[in-house]
Amino acid sequence: MAQKISRRSFLKGTVATACSLAAAGIPESASGADDKQQLATLLDIRKCIGCEACVEACREVNNKKYPVPKKPFPKMYPDKVPVMDWSEKQDVTDRLTPYNWLYIQRAFVNINGKETEITIPRRCMHCINPACVKLCPWGAARQLKNGISRIDPEICLGGAKCKAVCPWHIPQRQTGVGLYLDILPSLAGNGVMFKCDRCYNRIAEGKLPACIEVCPEDVQTIGPRDKIIKKAHELAKEINGYIYGEKENGGTNTIYVSPVPFQQLHKAVEKGEGKPHLSPVKDTMADANKLATAMIIAPIAGVAAAAGKFYKMTKSGE
Amino acid sequence: MNLRHKDTRKNKKNIIRYFYLINVFLLILTGSGQMPIFNRYYIADIPGLGWLGEFYVTHYMHYLFAIMFIAFITYIITDYLLSKLKSIKITSSGYFRGGIISGVVITGGLLVIRNLRGSGFEPDFIIFLDLSHLGLVIMLLIAGVYCAVSKKRWTENK
Repeated sequence: MAQKISRRSFLKGTVATACSLAAAGIPESASGADDKQQLATLLDIRKCIGCEACVEACREVNNKKYPVPKKPFPKMYPDKVPVMDWSEKQDVTDRLTPYNWLYIQRAFVNINGKETEITIPRRCMHCINPACVKLCPWGAARQLKNGISRIDPEICLGGAKCKAVCPWHIPQRQTGVGLYLDILPSLAGNGVMFKCDRCYNRIAEGKLPACIEVCPEDVQTIGPRDKIIKKAHELAKEINGYIYGEKENGGTNTIYVSPVPFQQLHKAVEKGEGKPHLSPVKDTMADANKLATAMIIAPIAGVAAAAGKFYKMTKSGE
Repeated sequence: MNLRHKDTRKNKKNIIRYFYLINVFLLILTGSGQMPIFNRYYIADIPGLGWLGEFYVTHYMHYLFAIMFIAFITYIITDYLLSKLKSIKITSSGYFRGGIISGVVITGGLLVIRNLRGSGFEPDFIIFLDLSHLGLVIMLLIAGVYCAVSKKRWTENK
């Protein structure tokens, strides 16, 4: 896919690109050639100046993936089903929407007695075991071997289960687009869910995700997860900082390193619809997956019970 | 065979039948909860049924009832092989329903593996599993209703 980044974004990012490439060993590692390793990104949020070059680049590069809804929307039954239409508000960049997959979250915190603005690029965390992918009832959300989770707009029915089960409620719905229009538009489905796909197509071509390529401050680094985790710990040690994303939801492929505790950032950032939190997250898939072991024991228990009954019957000569 | 013995066997059969029906009902209920329908259609708004709109709860419950179901069917199969093989034979409708159940269990088992960390099924195979699991359950329901209406049994005496 030929995707171009504008001259302004390009100029902003040229130097940073060279740095990123050198730092992460891209494009080999970003292309996901090594199937055994998931790709992760490290975000050194000290460096982020909130210029939104990444937001702009994301929008430019992914523009062709954005929904083009058919209007008027089908009448929904029952009425409680919400119509989500962002097509007239495509310019919104201060939150996640179907047309804005990355935004800059802002927090004012006190660092060494000085009021400081921290800016944090926020998008899908690309969890190692993503509930959005695992619990999608139709397989519309999928995880690539390189750890990217993406939603297939050709299959998604817009039920928003992925958003409900995502600990950060990242995916955003656009009504009036997708497969549901061809099935039972009034009774089932409600559009398509959209979120960051970490420029999977660019990575497949050996390129960097647009947000990384264009960043003038080299905020993000991409590479195999174990290397990124090692780097994050080294950085956190160096700056006496804090890590977010390594253990959240059982581990994600988006690792933030901050000079201030994330609890403090969590309290300071604006949260709500399309504005994810920064609080700790337990592994959402863990409870059910523990039961998988019991599922192996279940047939053994069944066989043992029947064999016990047979033994008892034989002994009593029935 | 005395009357008391006959009653005990009938009671055991009824227990097995009701256990199967209740277990299948709960599996279908929690399995349906994997689709975003209970909130949409106000079912989760009915007092006492709010849990049906909680995806993680229905997912966990579905696993629990699946464990019970797997233990149950392996008990029935082993019991048949050990002590009933000579006296009872499985009818063709029994084989048919058994085949569907096997398909449901296999596709469900593969979906459980899919949900584990690090599982690497291809996306298209996952779609196949999702749709075939649902399709087989619908087939089982239709076959169950047909067999109940036409009084077709799982087994008959030899």
